[in-house]
Amino acid sequence: MTKSAFGRQSLRASALQALAVTTLLSLPALAADPIKIGAVLSASGPAAFLGDPEAKTLKIYVEELNKKGGVLGRQIELVLYDDGGDANKARTFATRLIEDDKVVAMVGGSTTGTTMAMIPVFEDAKVPFVSVAGAIEIIEPVRSFVFKTPHTDKTACEKIFEDMKARSLTKIGMISGTDGFGKSMRAQCLRVVKDYGITIVADESYGATDSDMTPQLNKIKNTAGLQAVVNPGFGQGPAIVTRNYGQLSIGLPLYQSHGVASKSFIDLAGPAAEGIRLPAPALLVADKLADADTQKAVVTAYKTSYEKAVGQPVSTFGGYAFDGIQLVVEAIQKAKGTDPQKIRDALEATKGYVGVTGIYTMSATDHLGLGTESFRMLEVRNGGWVEVGAR
Amino acid sequence: MLKSALRSRWATLAVLALTMAIVPLIAPSAFYLRVAALVWIFALAALGLTILMGYAGQVSLGHAGFLGIGAYGVAIGPTHLSLSPLLSLVLAAASSGVIAYVVGRPILRLKGYYLAIATLGFGLILALIFQSESAITGGPDGMAVARLTVFGWRIAGAMQWYWVSAGILLVGAWIALNIADSPSGRALRAVHDSEVAAAGAGVDVAAKKLAAFVAAAVYAAIAGGLLACMNGLITPDAASFMHSVEFVAMVIIGGLGSVLGAVVGAAFLIVLPQALTSLQEYEQAVLGLLIMVFMIVLPTGIVPSLRNWLAERLA
Repeated sequence: MTKSAFGRQSLRASALQALAVTTLLSLPALAADPIKIGAVLSASGPAAFLGDPEAKTLKIYVEELNKKGGVLGRQIELVLYDDGGDANKARTFATRLIEDDKVVAMVGGSTTGTTMAMIPVFEDAKVPFVSVAGAIEIIEPVRSFVFKTPHTDKTACEKIFEDMKARSLTKIGMISGTDGFGKSMRAQCLRVVKDYGITIVADESYGATDSDMTPQLNKIKNTAGLQAVVNPGFGQGPAIVTRNYGQLSIGLPLYQSHGVASKSFIDLAGPAAEGIRLPAPALLVADKLADADTQKAVVTAYKTSYEKAVGQPVSTFGGYAFDGIQLVVEAIQKAKGTDPQKIRDALEATKGYVGVTGIYTMSATDHLGLGTESFRMLEVRNGGWVEVGAR
Repeated sequence: MLKSALRSRWATLAVLALTMAIVPLIAPSAFYLRVAALVWIFALAALGLTILMGYAGQVSLGHAGFLGIGAYGVAIGPTHLSLSPLLSLVLAAASSGVIAYVVGRPILRLKGYYLAIATLGFGLILALIFQSESAITGGPDGMAVARLTVFGWRIAGAMQWYWVSAGILLVGAWIALNIADSPSGRALRAVHDSEVAAAGAGVDVAAKKLAAFVAAAVYAAIAGGLLACMNGLITPDAASFMHSVEFVAMVIIGGLGSVLGAVVGAAFLIVLPQALTSLQEYEQAVLGLLIMVFMIVLPTGIVPSLRNWLAERLA
């Protein structure tokens, strides 16, 4: 801790430093060694679009935290490994984090595959593991030491159906991509659709690389009683669906998924995107959030520091990692130590933590802790996003 | 006397067994045992390629596909067919051999680059099947694999897997060494040198090539089955093209046609990335550079180059 660090005026920083100093005085022996937090991410390879922003986010966060004096007066040491998207390598690195580096917690697992490969290592060692991968299998059934930060496809489906119910749309068509994302989301939507009194009257699919979805959409269009259409999909497929949807003048409300919640989707789909709704995290509309919004401060701070350090636009994936490490750090603070069992208990007791992805409240039966309110329902208007509907 | 001992197959087995015995004594933690077990498993798959590439001179760029057959075999057997994991492993190895036989008959008529491309295509098709048939294989996220139980003994933990993989590799190496010294091995090397000359000398070229292809597939499938059981999970990237290339690299870096070379090559490509992690973003670049340096300094591969150097010293 240097003198210049004390010069900072931020209230939070001084509070942290006060805490740090007290801990320094009371625990002189422990203060010397840093707290090791592990991370295994797919920073290279086919899943680099996930792992790269995640790895950068963790590095920026830890650097900033250490400048402020770290946690409990100790610096954080981030032990970061790149698995290249290979589940076998991820498993080896997970073993290394536990056996060799002796980390007290871990944030990582960019893909569901790498996460599932690493889970047994952390469960056996009884060390908390906060995953940043999507699938619901990671936390269902609940595993004692496994948590995750990204919302699931199920939550996205629920958000869409909530909005449909509010607009009294009860008979809907579904057109899904056959890629991993589309398949998983379709299955989750089918699972929860009945809870909203909505029936799926048409269920079509398309290949991830198809270039024309007119036949499937025509079939949906000609289904009697159709009131709206939802499109679970990722990549270019949903943009083509949107264009075809416009060409066929179907004229009914169209819902897309959080998988295409980016500016490039609007650019690809063109004028046909007008009026489309989709669920998306607050991070995407950071500059449009109301000043009174609970997430506004966190989201803007993360966006600014990431974009300043990296020079690239922020992505929701980096946001998952940000929430993951923040949750772990808060848990260490609450646990007042680095006993993995106590960190786990503190994680499970997370209540009302405001992150960039949503507001987390975990419990013994919910190791994600995000509800539908973590999504904003957005509508495309004049080529940009507008938040609509009640939250 | 010493010189001939260097070339004997017993020397190879002794070196291998001695290494296997020493590693657990000096390994500081279970992590090192896992890395070593991975070396033994990947070396087993690389040994298969040594028989095909090193002995018979046929290039395969689809070797990881056969590894995938073994891995998914032990995953699918217990999950969908209620077979025991051990039986599944045996069946997976057998089906890998049968598939290699069926596919090998037409594509082994091709030579050189053409054969390489045909095996590449075959490997890609297998990877695609593992990726897309999600009802059976779990799709891109992979599927869980039941624990391997052998006559009531449940194999779990790094130490047990270390000895199981080491034992199987030792048997695999012994078989590969015996093949090399058998009439079949000499016939394969004749095919390697010149197919026309080998045919002229009475070697059934097509049959010998096919036999080597089937043997390689069985080695890879057993390695894949062990890998899947040890990890308790298999994802389609295990069968990816990059892994096929990695196997070719292992065989060439270690020394084409050398049994010990396959093990050294596997160790090179598995241990080095772990040792280079502190370089972060530069890891891949340095790994690539090291491969180039080794190939330039030891052009016939690590093991044969060192053996020749040692033999010259002793002479």
